[in-house]
Amino acid sequence: MSNINWETICNVSDINKNTGVCALHNGEQVAIFKVGKEEQLFALQNYDPFGEANVLSRGIIGDVDGQLVLASPLYKQQFSLESGKCLEDDSVILKTYMVRQQDGLVQLQA
Amino acid sequence: MPDTTDLQTVKPLKLIVVGNGMVGHKFIENVVNHPDHENYQVITFSEEPRLAYDRVQLSAYFSGKTADDLMLTSEDYYDQHGVKYIIKDKVSTIDRAAKTITTESGRVESYDKLILATGSFPFVPPIPGGDAEHCLVYRTIEDLERITASAKGSKVGVVIGGGLLGLECAKALHNLNLEAHVVEFAPRLMAVQLDEGGGALLRTKIEDLGVHVHTEKNTKEIVAGETCRYRMNFADGSHIETDMIVFSAGIRPQDELARQFDIAIGERGGITIDDNCLTSDKDIYAIGECALWDGKIFGLVAPGYTMAKAAVSHITGGSEQFTGADMSTKLKLMGVDVASIGDAHARTEGAQTYTYINDAEGIYKRLIVSADKSTLLGVVLVGDTDAYGTLLPMMLEKMQLPDAPEVLILPQVEGGASAFGVAALPDSALICSCHDVTKGDLIEAIHAGATELSELKSCTKAGTGCGGCSAMVGQVLNAELENMGMEVNNNLCEHFEYTRQELFDVIRTKKIKTFDELLEQYGSGHGCMTCKPAVGSMLATYWNEYVLSDDNIQLQDTNDIFLGNMQKDGTYSVVPRIAAGEISAQGLIDLGQIGVKYDLYTKITGGQRIDFFGAQLHELPLIWDELIQAGFETGHAYGKSLRTVKSCVGSTWCRYGMMDSVSMAINLEMRYKGLRSPHKFKLGVSGCTRECAEAQSKDFGVIATDKGWNLYVCGNGGMKPRHGDLFASDLDDATLIKYIDRILMFYCRTADRLQRTSVWMDNMEGGLDYLKSVVIDDKLGLCEDFETDMNRVIDTYECEWKKTLNNPERLKRFAHFINSDATDDRLAYEADRGQSKARIAQPSVRESKAKGEEIPALEV
Repeated sequence: MSNINWETICNVSDINKNTGVCALHNGEQVAIFKVGKEEQLFALQNYDPFGEANVLSRGIIGDVDGQLVLASPLYKQQFSLESGKCLEDDSVILKTYMVRQQDGLVQLQA
Repeated sequence: MPDTTDLQTVKPLKLIVVGNGMVGHKFIENVVNHPDHENYQVITFSEEPRLAYDRVQLSAYFSGKTADDLMLTSEDYYDQHGVKYIIKDKVSTIDRAAKTITTESGRVESYDKLILATGSFPFVPPIPGGDAEHCLVYRTIEDLERITASAKGSKVGVVIGGGLLGLECAKALHNLNLEAHVVEFAPRLMAVQLDEGGGALLRTKIEDLGVHVHTEKNTKEIVAGETCRYRMNFADGSHIETDMIVFSAGIRPQDELARQFDIAIGERGGITIDDNCLTSDKDIYAIGECALWDGKIFGLVAPGYTMAKAAVSHITGGSEQFTGADMSTKLKLMGVDVASIGDAHARTEGAQTYTYINDAEGIYKRLIVSADKSTLLGVVLVGDTDAYGTLLPMMLEKMQLPDAPEVLILPQVEGGASAFGVAALPDSALICSCHDVTKGDLIEAIHAGATELSELKSCTKAGTGCGGCSAMVGQVLNAELENMGMEVNNNLCEHFEYTRQELFDVIRTKKIKTFDELLEQYGSGHGCMTCKPAVGSMLATYWNEYVLSDDNIQLQDTNDIFLGNMQKDGTYSVVPRIAAGEISAQGLIDLGQIGVKYDLYTKITGGQRIDFFGAQLHELPLIWDELIQAGFETGHAYGKSLRTVKSCVGSTWCRYGMMDSVSMAINLEMRYKGLRSPHKFKLGVSGCTRECAEAQSKDFGVIATDKGWNLYVCGNGGMKPRHGDLFASDLDDATLIKYIDRILMFYCRTADRLQRTSVWMDNMEGGLDYLKSVVIDDKLGLCEDFETDMNRVIDTYECEWKKTLNNPERLKRFAHFINSDATDDRLAYEADRGQSKARIAQPSVRESKAKGEEIPALEV
């Protein structure tokens, strides 16, 4: 674990509960979400392959049959926060990123 | 029908319909909807200057409806279905041997089958002086125009005839500010439909409204008056003076053509028909009020429709016949509910009666039953006609009465089971008499999938005529769904096993202020994109707290969450409020400068305001800061809330304006701005009945008349256009606002999520009348609550953008990246028509740009 480099993005408190933010990370746009009382973090690509725009960090968070999902703000497709899989279309899987909380900071794997 | 099949394959059978009234049109509608419609060619003639309109609703013309509103069909509809129509030309000759007709203008047409749907004309008793200039009749739109014109120069108006139409006409005269009188020959009003007790109560109620009633008056002559234009001298020696007279003393069948060309007619008029609606000529049919069946003329529209159906059936080889009709009626006369079923006068031998009289509330009910008390023969209801729907089928179907028949008219006691629900009705029971829909028809449609009231109404047409059966239709639906074992699941979503209405009540009564609290106590899981915005909206309706607070922000959907409307590339539009569409020249300049500075695409919206497009997330606070400096505030274009109140310029400038529509529109917009509701809603205010603000297509439409405001409710443009229903007329400012307050709050509490007012209304059991009873009569005792709730929202209004700008913490979110000042690199636009951001570039172009490639498209 110690070999892995983590890049600090922001404070955990910078993200409002049950919402997302977008980070610029290695030249890529990454959407980071903070979910529930446990403040669990998830990171997905910010690009919405259906709407063809960089907007996923602004989607709404929820659960479907116990699975945590994000709904695209454009056309409302839902994606598993865990796996990036699209619930409406199996063939679409979003890129996911390793994200963690460390000393009150949000960090993405470098 | 083997005898005509060959003929039809050669060329279509030519049907000529003489008269394009309600029944003539119904006949045509039945032909064009027939599976074999291609075998028929239809031509219709009308002597009136327009195609068929709703004569039943004629009096609505006085309360602001236009001729267009009353139309039942259109030239487009006829064109689409290949129906030829000739208006303003009267058929004057029939050559039965040659099978041709000739019109007054000399046009000759041949026919295979001729359908006489010539209707009736008003009976004007032969009274000396009855042909004076201001002696009019009440039958067509043109008649109404004459009445209106004559009323302008009159102070007193008399209607001769105290039947249904006469009373409607008296109401119209009263509304035209005339001193209105009704003169009736019989000893009571509505003598055909009502018994003595019912007639007497109706008279009291109508006199309370300010209309003078004179019964047992036989008009001897009409002579010049002393204080008014005319004096009417009665046989009993008394007289009254009046400036105008409207005859409404019954109808006579328009059988002139039959009379002239030797088609059999009855002794007292009317074209004799058989069960197939055939006249004495085997190629000529007669339907509607001109037809005489079994010695009877039917002066109601429903039997006319049944005749139209029977005639079409006979022509097309079907087996439906006309076998008489029930003349029961239920109506609202000058705000008084009146109904009459069957043998209202207890003329059947041995008939027994039960009477319920409630003087305090002005209710009269009388039940007429058979000698052995086993079946219902007739009913009279005045003041409360709720029982009509269940009693009518009981009479028609000769259903076995309960042991104590009086329970049917006694007031329902709380907790007592209703004696006879719709479940007890047989499938053959007629529910909607306007459109001839039986309980069986409804059940069939429900089984075919129409499980929502609005769907059921639109596919069966039940409840869409006079609307009187709307509540019954709802009851049949509910009972049948229950029968089918179908659990109607109206749960908000998988996280809440409650309907939106139930959750709203929970929020209200348990004083719940956050989603987390509600989810913890009444739900499960994390919530979803369905329940979160819905709960967010309800919390905002009730508590009106800041939508971007720590607790609320997670609930907001795409647009609310950044107080802007997201466009397809992730940028936003910006719409400041321009209340009622009124904006100063300086305001326009300020907007223009901001648009130029931020290089925004600019467009005028459908709601009379200005929309800026292409603002990036980080630009939103900058733009709004400048807008607020310039005196603007948020327009809530992003919210499920009030959009705009559209207005015409009104009486301040317009030559035709009756009232100041702009001021009223601004008042209303400032009052309801920011109110979160189940869906967006719009208002419109027009300064006169020309209706330039298109108010009737809005959720609330307000139209000025010379006596106040007319309020229309639950209109809609959009995907499924719906004209608003006239809710109340001639209101003063305070009453208008009071009614809108109450309806809005009732809507916010009871509508489903994302349900526009139009669908809410279509799904409401009891429909418009029910809404009136809740809002005007305060039937549920909730009006005070509604007003308190509305006042709380109004008192706590804050511009959300102003509040956001004052809070640096909140502004942090308005950046594309949390960890960089860079902006989204995937934005590209094309210039056109003088605007640099005329449109969003194709995704491929935007992708190239993101990769740092040259974008030739942009350089052009």
